[in-house]
Amino acid sequence: MRGSPSAHRPSHPAGQAWLLLMPALLVLMAFTHWPVIGTLWHSFQSTPKGGRPAVWVGLENYQVMVDDPVFWKALANNLWFAGATIPLSIGLALAMALWVNERIAGRTFLRMAYFTPTVLPMIAVANIWLFFYTPQYGLLEQVSSALGFGSHNWLGSPSTALGAVTLVAVWKEAGFFMIFYLAALQSLNPSLREAAAIEGASRWYFFRRVQWPLLMPTTLFVLINCVINAFRMVDHLFVLTRGGPDNASTLLLYHLYEVGFNFWDTGYASALTMVIIVVLVGATLLQFFVLDRRVHYR
Amino acid sequence: MTRAPSQRLAYNAPTLLDTLAAWLLALLWVLPLIYTVWTAFHAPEYAARFTWNAPLTLANFARAWEAAPFARYFLNTTLLVVMILAAQLVLSTLAAYAFARYEFRGRDLAFSLVLVQLTVMPDLLLVENYRTMASLGLIDSLFAIGLPYFASALAIFLLRQTFLGIPKELDEAARMEGASALQTLWRVYVPLARPIYVAFGLVSVSYHWNNFLWPLIVTNSVHARPLTVGLQVFSSVDQGIDWSIITAATLMTSAPLLIAFLLFQRQFVQSFMRAGIK
Repeated sequence: MRGSPSAHRPSHPAGQAWLLLMPALLVLMAFTHWPVIGTLWHSFQSTPKGGRPAVWVGLENYQVMVDDPVFWKALANNLWFAGATIPLSIGLALAMALWVNERIAGRTFLRMAYFTPTVLPMIAVANIWLFFYTPQYGLLEQVSSALGFGSHNWLGSPSTALGAVTLVAVWKEAGFFMIFYLAALQSLNPSLREAAAIEGASRWYFFRRVQWPLLMPTTLFVLINCVINAFRMVDHLFVLTRGGPDNASTLLLYHLYEVGFNFWDTGYASALTMVIIVVLVGATLLQFFVLDRRVHYR
Repeated sequence: MTRAPSQRLAYNAPTLLDTLAAWLLALLWVLPLIYTVWTAFHAPEYAARFTWNAPLTLANFARAWEAAPFARYFLNTTLLVVMILAAQLVLSTLAAYAFARYEFRGRDLAFSLVLVQLTVMPDLLLVENYRTMASLGLIDSLFAIGLPYFASALAIFLLRQTFLGIPKELDEAARMEGASALQTLWRVYVPLARPIYVAFGLVSVSYHWNNFLWPLIVTNSVHARPLTVGLQVFSSVDQGIDWSIITAATLMTSAPLLIAFLLFQRQFVQSFMRAGIK
């Protein structure tokens, strides 16, 4: 508002503002804020069974978590999954964006090809890859047997299941992050490029000294989204491995789903939810307080 | 801008190696989809045998369509997506207008409460939201799938940014003419924010068309199942490993978005850019 706070503004009363906000805030309260508080509360409660209502059990659910080998497996898997998807997705996204930002042959097709997986439902994507990975029958098997390698059950053996699941996530995600890099590249001042050309800078030098530093804010944004996705992405497990074999490919959210909705252990599921919330809020706060400061030098 | 265009182009031009690598990656990226299309349009005996003149067929689609209530799933998903988008647009427009053009105590706090949803999405709060839906008696309904998403922090954020960029004088002039807040919003703000509405609409529709986990949990019958859940039930229980029919069902499920994307590729990409830049 212009002018002093005492200026006569009868058309903007505060009550009206709250009326406008109310529908959205009510939904947000009911399905975001209240559930977070409820999750915390229920994580200190036992799971009601039969006639026994829930009782306060303090940290017992967290103790169960500490003693649960599947939780540790899921956590380790999820860290591995994050550690693999983050650099792979970001690296590929950057390469894709650098390519399609130039006058490369078939640019429209390339953009489309990279971005298409983003539009598909993860469940459909998983079906496609399941078909790919099938022993004896799938394309991967046909290629490897044509090259003289033996047969391998990619999803069925503990050593490759998580890797196979990770690959699907990268395939799905890289094109999405390409978009943000592409937007950032297109907003860079073209005279930088000309200056570099006049100076005779090599393309690699130009990338390393000019583009990459200027893309840093985008990289940080993409990084945070990548971290959040790594702990949220789970749909493909339902089709590909169901967390198996022997929990080799289970992730935190999938474990949460099984505990909460297959075993109906809501107390423990709430404790697991808290872990995921803490990870995600941590990632966001990191962006807010540590990384965001560097975003402004643009 | 003093350089000759040819020189600039020479500097810009990717090398042959770049072009090859870019194309190789692109082929890898579309290969799964091409493989799926091949299998879906050919008889089962060609599912893994590539003969150029193998006869095309639509039989797989017909069989898939008959084997599961896909018509119902399509209807459910369409209703769901429309319902969510309509609610999001209305609620977010009102809220964004309040944040952009009103001064009131607690505004910043209210806005940060909205932003919380950008991190903690309803997708994660499965257990509590299921509890709420059960106590409301809404389990196994389309409404239960959509309700947690009716208020979108992303939409509120994007619209607030856009509304802030609209000159206040327009608002004041409309008020001077005797227009109410809602009339001003509808006649001045909404038309000027159209590109953002389109961008958010595409992002929202594709997100909810593809959403899986929450609908899986909150539905348990054909009446409320969206396509994604229907496809998963179909391919895991009913069909064993009849790949031709599963790939056909998979393509069917993704077809509307895929076709829309192929037709409006530029707009799609731009809308994702717009919605993503914060």
